[in-house]
Amino acid sequence: MTLVLNNVTKRFGKNTAVHNLSIEIPENEMFGFLGGNGAGKTTTFRMILGLLDHTSGEITWNGEEIDYGKSSVIGYLPEERGLYPKLKVRDQIVYLARLRGMGKNDAVQELEKWLERFRVPEYIDQKVEELSKGNQQKIQFISSVIHRPKLLILDEPFSGLDPINVEMLKDAVADLKNQGTSIVFSSHRMEHVEELCEHVCILQKGTPVVQGALREIKRSFGKKNLVIHGDLSLDFLENYDGVIRYKALSEGCQLQIVDENVSQDIFNALQGRGFIRKFELEEPSLNDIFIEKVGAAYE
Amino acid sequence: MNKFWIIVSHTYMSRLKTKMFYISTILTLLFITLMVNFESIVDTISGEDDRNVAVIDDSGELIDSLSTSVEASNLGWEITSYTQSVEEGKEAVKEGDFSALVTLSLNEEGFPEATYYANNIADSELQTDLQQQLQQLKISIATKKAGLDQETIGEIYEPITFHSVSLDLNGKSEEELNQARGIVYAMLILLYMAVLMYGTLIATDVASEKSSRVMEILVSSASPVTHMFAKIVGIALLGLTQIAIFVGVAFGMLQTKQDGAGGLLESFGFHGASISILLYGVLFFILGYLLYATLAAMLGSLVSRVEEVNQMITPMMLLIVIAFMLAMFGINVPESTVVTVTSYIPFFAPMLMFIRVGILDVAMWEVLLSVGILAATILLFAFIGARVYKGGVLLYGKSSSLKDIKKAIVLSKKE
Repeated sequence: MTLVLNNVTKRFGKNTAVHNLSIEIPENEMFGFLGGNGAGKTTTFRMILGLLDHTSGEITWNGEEIDYGKSSVIGYLPEERGLYPKLKVRDQIVYLARLRGMGKNDAVQELEKWLERFRVPEYIDQKVEELSKGNQQKIQFISSVIHRPKLLILDEPFSGLDPINVEMLKDAVADLKNQGTSIVFSSHRMEHVEELCEHVCILQKGTPVVQGALREIKRSFGKKNLVIHGDLSLDFLENYDGVIRYKALSEGCQLQIVDENVSQDIFNALQGRGFIRKFELEEPSLNDIFIEKVGAAYE
Repeated sequence: MNKFWIIVSHTYMSRLKTKMFYISTILTLLFITLMVNFESIVDTISGEDDRNVAVIDDSGELIDSLSTSVEASNLGWEITSYTQSVEEGKEAVKEGDFSALVTLSLNEEGFPEATYYANNIADSELQTDLQQQLQQLKISIATKKAGLDQETIGEIYEPITFHSVSLDLNGKSEEELNQARGIVYAMLILLYMAVLMYGTLIATDVASEKSSRVMEILVSSASPVTHMFAKIVGIALLGLTQIAIFVGVAFGMLQTKQDGAGGLLESFGFHGASISILLYGVLFFILGYLLYATLAAMLGSLVSRVEEVNQMITPMMLLIVIAFMLAMFGINVPESTVVTVTSYIPFFAPMLMFIRVGILDVAMWEVLLSVGILAATILLFAFIGARVYKGGVLLYGKSSSLKDIKKAIVLSKKE
């Protein structure tokens, strides 16, 4: 059960929205799409779903083209939320679930289970327009997973939610993954991607700039973060060999260094200068990688 | 149930449950009730039965024959001889004792003269009736003077016999023609109403799914083409339901009326109408509806907000209005070149070809050609519509021009 995009390109007239994108998403995996606004994330999703035809390359799932015959195994949460405002939650979800090939009674049972899980069972007979935005989003999420899809595409699933609801949805997504659903999702929030995904792809103007297993990406990025807390002046580190970035903190400083060996030089250089309370070598965050890769391309 | 029918039934049921549907159905039913009972309602409101005209006859000769002829004509009002003065009579009218006061006298030549007094001389019906009665009185006086007897006068006024016979062997008889005209009228009005009401409904429905952004989920579950045609069929079923209610109620009301349903139905030619005309009517109705419905769905898919729908479908509405006006003109001159030419133009063909088929004797190949052009246009529109629809449903932003059709097609293409 793998989703494969092979050299996929999408052009709108003269504009290239996605350029030579190749990714592979195995079953039971969560794949994170990152990228600034207009990087081509939504276009990629729409191509996977067949809403847009790709200009060249191929998109297959289990070696087969994706068409409307497969809509019962695909779930989609679009970036722009959309439900019928005047319809009751029950009618709405049952209609959308039936379009994905689900039986009516089955859909109602499943809906009740999900509403229970999101602790909003009383909404079943309310109109969508009467719900708050966050709760509408829960309903929207249910509509994308109710038919137990094998492939789930989530475009910015956590935007506009309060922290409690984000946790609730994250748990639900993690459970679906453990049940064997392949999940592709996009987000601006690096920490969500870092927490949930094994594989990521950073898109920049339609071109993948970083791609692969998260651990590998971090390792091969080379640069590390070094945090030092202590009662001494650390200003001299700003121009120290191998230090890329210096950021003063209230209790010390945070450095970005070329590789981990530099930390040992600094460690030695600090000897005898004063009292050190913390000296920690950190993996680079996805945020650092994103800023560097995407930021570089901006320049 | 496959996706097509799921969408059809959802479109149908969700529209059926709306307040708008109930309101429009009830309003139209009220309108129908009003039309069917128009005469009796007007009678009740104006209270014609109670009208009484006071007559002061100075000559003393006129009132008897006038009252006889008024009674005989059964006009819904009566006259009373008034013996007091004119001034008193006027007062009585002012107080509402009489509807009007009329003074009669004979002039020098011996013919009747009259003056009419009423609070309001805007009610011309009563005046016209009186005038006619007096005119007849004058004629009978004049003819009597000339020495003619009643019988001769009767002969003079008897209408002549006038027959029309078609020389073409297949030509329609006068009776058949009247029936055909009735059916043609009925179908034209029905198609016009259907396109106006349900065409707008389709465009609005598509636009509202787009503006609520539910469209992207829908077209990721079912293909845009399925969705578009399911929508058209769903609304068509809704329309049929509504029309069935209207026709049923109207028919029931006519049945219970004293005059019976015969009158109106006969005037629309449904009695003994030939089956082929009815079949042609159904065929052209379906083709006409499909043509405009496909167009409406396509246009609806281009706008982002429901408020923009009207602007977008105005050109389409103009087309159907032009078609209807051409048809109303053409029904009286079905053989004119304008009608012949427009009966091959797809937007007008459903109405104008049906006029020709219904009233004239049109060669089969002409009908087939027109139906063929119509069907081909519908297919072409369905094809373009599906492309526009596929791209259009993803197209957001300020949209109100036909440029969007191009944009939408670009979006739906591979590059």
